[in-house]
This record gives sequence, C-alpha cells and structure tokens, in this order.
Amino acid sequence: MSNGKKLLACPYVIWSAVFIIIPLCMVFYYGLTDKSGAFTMANIAAIATAEHAKALWLSILLSLISTVICFLLAYPLAMILCNLNVNQHSFIVLVFILPMWMNFLLRTLAWQTLLEKTGVINNILGFLHLPTLNIINTPYAIILGMVYNFLPFMVLPLYNVLVKIDKNVINAARDLGANSIQTFFKVILPLSVPGIISGITMVFVPALTTFVISTLLGGSKILLIGNVIEQEFTQTGNWNLGSGLSIVLMLFIIINMVATAIFDKEGTGTAL
Amino acid sequence: MKKLWLSLLVASMGALALTGCGSDAAGKNGEVVVYNWGEYIDPDVITEFEEETGIKVIYDEFETNEIMYPKVEAGASAYDVVCPSDYMIQKMIDNDLLAKLDFEKLPNAKANIGTQYWEQSKGFDETNEYSVPYCWGTVGILYNKTMVTDPVDSWDILWNEKYADNILMQDSVRDAFMVALKRNGASMNSTDPAELAAARDELIAQKPLVQAYVIDQVRDKMIGNEAALGVIYSGEAIYTQRENPDLEYVIPKEGTNVWIDSWVIPKNAPNMDNAHAFIDYMCRPEVALKNFDYITYSTPNDAARELIEDEDIKNSPIAFPDLSQYNNLETFSYLGDEGDELYNEMWKDVKSE
Amino acid sequence: MKAKTTLQKLYISLIFLFLYAPIATLMVLSFNASRTRAKWGGFTIKWYISLFDNSAILQALYNTMLIALLSAFFATVIGTIACISISAMKRRNRAILMGITNIPMLNAEIVTGISLMLLFITLGVKFGFITILLSHITFNIPFVILSVMPRMKQLNPSVYEAALDLGASHIYAFFKVVFPDILPGVLSGFLMAFTMSLDDFIITHFTKGPGVDTLSTKIYTEVKKGIKPEMYSLSTIIFVTVLILLFLVNMSPEGKKKKEHK
Repeated sequence: MSNGKKLLACPYVIWSAVFIIIPLCMVFYYGLTDKSGAFTMANIAAIATAEHAKALWLSILLSLISTVICFLLAYPLAMILCNLNVNQHSFIVLVFILPMWMNFLLRTLAWQTLLEKTGVINNILGFLHLPTLNIINTPYAIILGMVYNFLPFMVLPLYNVLVKIDKNVINAARDLGANSIQTFFKVILPLSVPGIISGITMVFVPALTTFVISTLLGGSKILLIGNVIEQEFTQTGNWNLGSGLSIVLMLFIIINMVATAIFDKEGTGTAL
Repeated sequence: MKKLWLSLLVASMGALALTGCGSDAAGKNGEVVVYNWGEYIDPDVITEFEEETGIKVIYDEFETNEIMYPKVEAGASAYDVVCPSDYMIQKMIDNDLLAKLDFEKLPNAKANIGTQYWEQSKGFDETNEYSVPYCWGTVGILYNKTMVTDPVDSWDILWNEKYADNILMQDSVRDAFMVALKRNGASMNSTDPAELAAARDELIAQKPLVQAYVIDQVRDKMIGNEAALGVIYSGEAIYTQRENPDLEYVIPKEGTNVWIDSWVIPKNAPNMDNAHAFIDYMCRPEVALKNFDYITYSTPNDAARELIEDEDIKNSPIAFPDLSQYNNLETFSYLGDEGDELYNEMWKDVKSE
Repeated sequence: MKAKTTLQKLYISLIFLFLYAPIATLMVLSFNASRTRAKWGGFTIKWYISLFDNSAILQALYNTMLIALLSAFFATVIGTIACISISAMKRRNRAILMGITNIPMLNAEIVTGISLMLLFITLGVKFGFITILLSHITFNIPFVILSVMPRMKQLNPSVYEAALDLGASHIYAFFKVVFPDILPGVLSGFLMAFTMSLDDFIITHFTKGPGVDTLSTKIYTEVKKGIKPEMYSLSTIIFVTVLILLFLVNMSPEGKKKKEHK
C-alpha cells in the first residue's frame, strides 16, 4: 500500500524538478558563466560596483524601514482585532484583506494620483491653505507604497498568532502581579514570535525585490536592485549579469529562510 | 465551510460566463503577430485590416527599442512584424535577426513612401532591403507657456534650477544621452569615453531637477500641468497641443535627433505572407492618413500627406518640418556591443545616483 | 477604559482610511468625465458603457479568470495527491520535498519569474497562454500543499485502514473516508491559489507572450502609456462584486446569530 502512495508523489516530484529545481539551476548556470559559457565569478562580483552596491543598499534600507513601519502599525492593530467581539472577527479581518482584491498595480497607481503635485492630497492641502506635500518620486513615496502594499501580510500572521494565545496565560500573569507592560513584554510578545518572524519574511522579501513600486512611485529616479535585475533581462539583455545579481539577492532570502526555520519549527507557516 | 463553497461557486460561475465573451477564433487566413510602440496605431485600422483580409492581428506593444530587442532576439515570442527605430534596425540587421523584404508584395510601399525617406533609411539599412518607413520625426522640448518664463530655444533650459522638479526626461538610454551630448556640442553617436563621461556628469547634475524619467507618460503629465518642460517626440506635440493649448514644441538650436521608425520582419516570423500584407496595408494612403490623424506622428507617406485636408496641419512645422532650417541634426546609429555596454553602464551610473 | 476603546477605534479607522483611500480614489476616477487623472470633468458613467466595447480589456479579464481557475484547479489536484503521498513518506524525504515546496513561496517573485523565463527560452517553448499557465500552476502548488498538509496530519490512519478491511477499494476508501476530512484544506488551498493567480503580475510579466495579457500586465502597459478610464470602472465593478459577495457570505450564518443576540 505504501508503494502505491509513494507513486502518487510522482507528478509533483517531476513538476517541482522541471519547474522549480531546473529553472533555479539555470539561474545559477547563467550567473556563474559569461557570454561565451566559460565559468566566471564576475557576475556575482558585479554587486560590488558602485551602481549595483548603491541599488542593493537602498533596497535593503527601504525594505527594512518599511518592515519596521509595517510591524509597528500592525502589532497594535492585530492586538485590537483580537480583543474584539468574537462575532465580528471574520468580518473585521475580511475588511483588512479586501483591498487585496483590487489589483495591486492599480492601488499603487492610485497613490500616484493622490500624491502628485497637482494630486488629490495637495489639492486638499491647498484648499486648507496648508503647505503642500512633495514626496512623489522620492524614497518616501516608495516606503509608503511598500507599507501600503505589504501591511496585510504583516497583520494576518500576527493576528493568527495573537488570537491563539490562551487568555488564561495572560490572566495568570496578571494574577501573579505583572502589570500590563510586563505582561506584554514577558508573555504576549514572546508567544507571538513565530507570527512576527513570518510577518517580517512576508514583508521584507517582496519589499527587497520589488521593481514595480519603485517604477510607479519613484518616477524611475530611484533604482532598486529589483529594477537593475529586471532591466538586465528585459532591456540590456545581459542574462548573465542579471542572474548573477539574482544569486546575490537569493543569498539574502536564504538568510531569511534560515532565520524562519530556526524560529518557526512547525514549518507550516503561521501565515496561513 | 459554507463560505468557501459559496465563493467557489460564484468564482467558477463568473469564469464560465466569461468563456462566452472570449473571441479566440483565428482568422480564416491565419494570423499576424505585430509588435509596435504603445499608442502607435489607430485601433480601427487593425479591425478594418482584419475584416478585409481575414487575417487575425495579434497586437503587442513595447515601450522602448531596448525592451523590444531582447524579446525578438530570444525568439521565444514569434513576431511577424516589428516597428523599431533606425539604430535598432541596424543592430538587428548586423545580428542577422531580420528577413529581407519581398517588395513584389509591397506595391503600396514602393509607390507611396517619399524618396527622401528611402534615402534617409540608407543610413541604417544600406540597401533598403529590410525596412519600410512608418513614421518619422524629431525630438524636442515640450513646454508649458504659462509656467516657463524664459525663452526656450536650447537644451540648457533643462538644467535651469528655476524649473527644479518640473522637468520630465526620457527614460531611455540613447534619448537621455542625446540631450546631454548635444548640449555639450558632441555627436549623439559618440563613443568617446571622455565625451560620454562628460554627458553622464551633466545628467547626474541634472537629476535633482528632474521630476521623473518617463516615456509615454510625458504626454499625460504635460497635458495635466504636472510639469513645465518635457523631452518628447515631435509626434506627441500636435496631440498634446490639441488637449492643452498652453503647450509649445521647440527643436533646440544645438540640434537634435531625426528618427525613423520602420516596419521590419524578423527572420523567425511564422507568417511571412501575412506580415507583408500587413505592411503593405499600412502604406495605403488612406490608411496612413487615418493613422496620422489618430497618432499625429509625421508620416513618410507622401500620398497620405497630400490627402490631409487641414492646410495648417499639412504644412505644420512640427509634423513636417523643413529639416534644412536646423543645424546639427543627426540620426542614431548602432554603436556595436561595446558601445551599447558603455552607454548602459553610464546610464546605470546616472539612475543609481 | 472608555478612552482606551475610543483610541482603539480611532486607530483602526486611521488604518482603514490608509487602506481604502486609494480604492476610493479609483472609484471616484471611474466616474470622472475627463480622460486625465489630473482634472475632474464632471460625473459620467460613460466608462462603464465603453468598458463593454473594449475587447482588449475584456479579453484580459477573460484570460485572467481562465488562468486563475485552471491553474488553481491543476495546482489543487497535483498538490492534494502529493500531500497524500508526502504524509506517507519517511521523515527525510518528506523534509526534502517540503523544503522544495517552500522555495517558490519564500523566493523572490522576480527570481522565480526569470528562472521560468530562462527555462522556457532554453526549451524553445513559445511564450503565450501555456507558459503563463504552467508558471501559475508552479507557484500555486505550494499554497495548496501548505493548506492541505495540516489536515492530512490530523487524519487518523486507522479509519482508512478499517475501510479497506471492510472491503472498500483504495479509491473508494479515499473518497469516502479521507477526502471529506481534508476537504476544507483542499478548498482553502484552491481559493488561495485562485487569489494568488489573480493578483500575480511579476511572474506573468516574465513569462507572457505576444497578445496574451492578464489584467495585471494590461494595467502595467497602460500605466506606462496613459491608463484608460475603463480600467477604473472594471476594477470598481470587481471590487464591489467581491464586497457584496463577502457581505452576503458573512451575513448569512453569523449575521443571523448576531441579530438574535440583539
């Protein structure tokens, strides 16, 4: 019987070999060879050149800032959501997922409309005789776009973890004389670590690698590492360099994966 | 549980209902896959072509020559007709990506395209065997008369700090460098590292003043009074002026780029005959006129120009400039892989600054 | 206590405003008579009418729905079958396969996109509907596996064996005993896959071919050359449909309960 069951994995094993493993090997092949097919480390070393290093550094910086902001916004939100009347649970959660049903390109484009020099926000500010807001085409607009797009990815895992914390544990802490700040730092925060970790992963990776948000809200003035890679493939046509830089990018993701594995031993992803 | 079922049901019903609207049937005479610039054809022309010939048009758009090239080169997308610019056509010929055209099948192209444009094409297609001109024009500065107080006659104005955050530059490597090179009095086909480095430094110096690097968005942003000055292709000028009368187009005195976009057929095109039929159709005077009315890009189709009724447009200095009046006009040429690399490298320096 | 709840409500409302302001903007724009986003040209519903004449947008909508449905379906079948087998695997093999499953989830979308693009180009596959579908199935399978696996773990294997002992065939026993238990996981996997496919832009961007657009790639091209107001009206329609749907679904069982409480 178990032989039959093993065979059932065949379609998926073949599928993942062809569409996951082989493509990744190809990225490594292109990344480690030059145009003539000879082995080289030049494509990976290219990350050290001024323009690539700057793009990578900026990507890391912006995505870190966005992740922190997402976390700071999402944690209180998730806690408030948890304490709400049980009947409203699913509804409130849905309200926070609902925006994701509007295409994310359009939502980002809408921010362009809001933030533009003659955009909605500035029209309102002008009407109120307040100074105008000029953040479009600056890194601030990109951070805003990242926070906006990825906030739900931080809220949901946090909410899932917090909602599972046994109220008795918190009550016990209170009974033992802990004040609310102590309860938070000694009980709630440590228990929510898996949610924090998966939330951070789910925000940091897409933010680090985005090229769409920087194009739409950065006016193409700000080059992130995702833009560099995208352009190497779609414009410059230098697949070797693009693959080499992708390998570097994957290093950061692997670091993230390892961190996730250490903290989240369940391996099922609390995000779901 | 129930929730999931319900949403599932609705989703699949929606998809089923939509199946009805999909019109997937290929034309009775096969298809032709066209790869053209964004907003570069009157959509009605495509429908009429399909109706007349029974060939289904699969239409795809690109934003810059640089985006188009790798797609055609990779060969994984089989295009039948592509519309690149001068230097890119030269690059495609050099790299053996293009098929020679069969002019027997292109009677309208021979008859209607003006001789001067065939002459001009020889700059990139020496034997006139690979390309049929579709549109041509210049690159200049579009400015808003209510926002710009200084006289606009030179690229210098794009470095004027008064207009900080009000300048739109082209987000394409050759066009951006053309502006800086011309301003410095160099050739826009320069491969001299010193000249390029100087141009790069100029562009870096200009970057804080630039509101955004865009391509087709220049049009909407200028119409919407989002910016005061923008680098733009001449063809957009007439359209934008129609929408916003405050806009004015100028060819700077330091000279500029005179470009031609031409139809070509890639070597791996699966529908050669249909591709020829499409190109020839585009060269019919009334079709070219229709396209001109819609996209307002200068047509090299002399017969179509004769058909323009509005005398102002027919003799418009923007649509049909007398090129002998201007100095230092040039056309891009392909600079080889090394030249491309040099430009890309420097452009990345500008963008990552 | 009262002040605290007010503060909480204020906080939620602010986040709410942040999340919905752009959506409200898009909805307002869909009624704007002027073509450009910059000015308000009066109220109109003409974009809703012309939407249904715009075959390019409708075709993109059709492609998007079809790809989402097909890729979610295939991913669900392949993923569910794989789960049955994975749960019977030795620890080491299971760890390896689950590790591979995690790759597309944790890897950057741009890397997944370019890796698939390189694969298709090397294999000489022509870009088009099929390449998009294959790519979507690939990134959808992990979502199915990760939502079915926990259900699989909760199964009691003796029930299945009891069914076999009572003379049921493997397939019959599976559908009668195992399947009903894992169904919620299968369904939520399907829905998740469907949503992921609908919303994907980056992977489609790298694997699409001429003339085949999904809504995302269509919007991206339009954003670059000036977006058509029909796109706003379509998104408004989609959004309102989903909103009404979720309201109905939410109001039916729980909503009634709530009313009874009052």
